Amino acid sequence: MEKDTLISNCKILIIGGSAGSLDVLIKILPHLDIPSFALVIVLHRKHTEDNTLEELIAAKSIIPLKEVEDKVEILPGYIYIAPSDYHLLFEKNNLLSLDTSEKVNYSRPSIDVAFESVADAYGKAVVGVLLSGANADGTDGLIAIKNAGGIIIVQQPETADMPFMPSHAVQNTSPDFIVDIPALLDLIKRINS
Amino acid sequence: MITDQELDILINELYESYGYDFSGYSKASFKRRVDRLYQLDGFTNFQSFLSKIIDDSDYFSRMVEEITVNITEMFRDPHFYRILRTEILPVLATKPFIRIWHAGCSTGEEVYSVAILLKEANLLEKALLYATDISPPVLEVARKGVFPLRMMKQYSENYMASGGKKDFSHYYTANYGLAKFGEDLSSRMVFSQHNLVSDRSFNEFDLILCRNVLIYFDKELQERALHLFDDSLAKLGYLALGTKETIKFTSMQKRYKQLEKEKIWRKTH
Repeated sequence: MEKDTLISNCKILIIGGSAGSLDVLIKILPHLDIPSFALVIVLHRKHTEDNTLEELIAAKSIIPLKEVEDKVEILPGYIYIAPSDYHLLFEKNNLLSLDTSEKVNYSRPSIDVAFESVADAYGKAVVGVLLSGANADGTDGLIAIKNAGGIIIVQQPETADMPFMPSHAVQNTSPDFIVDIPALLDLIKRINS
Repeated sequence: MITDQELDILINELYESYGYDFSGYSKASFKRRVDRLYQLDGFTNFQSFLSKIIDDSDYFSRMVEEITVNITEMFRDPHFYRILRTEILPVLATKPFIRIWHAGCSTGEEVYSVAILLKEANLLEKALLYATDISPPVLEVARKGVFPLRMMKQYSENYMASGGKKDFSHYYTANYGLAKFGEDLSSRMVFSQHNLVSDRSFNEFDLILCRNVLIYFDKELQERALHLFDDSLAKLGYLALGTKETIKFTSMQKRYKQLEKEKIWRKTH
């Protein structure tokens, strides 16, 4: 990877993952300062009515968490987590929308749905990251981000608990970066710096 | 993928040709729904898609059905139904007559769920459930009270999680992969078409449920719909929204008291 590793003009860093991805987040989040972009997390999660994922992530990070409700404003310097059982969509006026339509890739929230929507709303100001997981969700979304001019990053499959999802993305997209966890942390820390 | 400009053209044409105004729908989800239909029906250029919608009213009706999200389930969010059962119905029980409005009822799963709660509280006989939706085909499904049998396991679990004590299969007859719910339930329901964008209040209610419908609207249209509910609620009536929806930031909120952390508000005056 000889290319310039400094990513600039990022408004939204969106991270998608499924089985095995929470561990990655837990390793990364404690090392991040309050960022100059919004950090959006879309994980496949059980349909539960509790907030254990939100509480866990809030406990691991100094970045404040904004509860995602329909039409909340998306602001830099906050973490947003896609709620269970809704798709997460991005409006062009900096609001988030929620949607209970069909599952995509057996998932709601679906990573593809959120990634395609953020690509449409924010274009080249998006950095998309796909982590560990056991299904094909996320690949189409990464393609959409890339086509809109954004940067795409995939966890190195050998370093993932569940390599299927990142492998599928590596085979079907042209990631700007394929990285292990320390390199991912380093990349994120240098966004907009 | 359809462009924003094409989407605006479509919205204008739908209003001109059919009087349906989708301009207040959430752009992100509306665009995604239109795009989905466009792909699903194999269109390759926008002009032919647009002509089909304008020239063929049956196709327009299919479009409305497909574009509005009709994914729902019985006893979705069991905790919500538990609160209805334990906190709201006992209050409504003191009234001589109970009027309920399901706004955006889709295929009716929520209406049948609430009817079951009313029946178990011995209130069904004095209740009327008005169920409305923008789309006539989904109302037709709702009216029949017939749902896929394969969903019953999930619904039965939801029902029990909501505090249901009976054998859920009592409520339906299974036949050829379908579950038909009893007419004792549907006889207390009134189904009719109603558009939250353009139609007015049509009655006064003690409880209005509009769950996961406002998420498809932009903030302005949400405000309009909420004022419509406000106009349609009796004093001390309840408004129930979806778990990620709120009346915060609207001018009506000062006249409402939220039930602790629930997405249920009571009109105080």
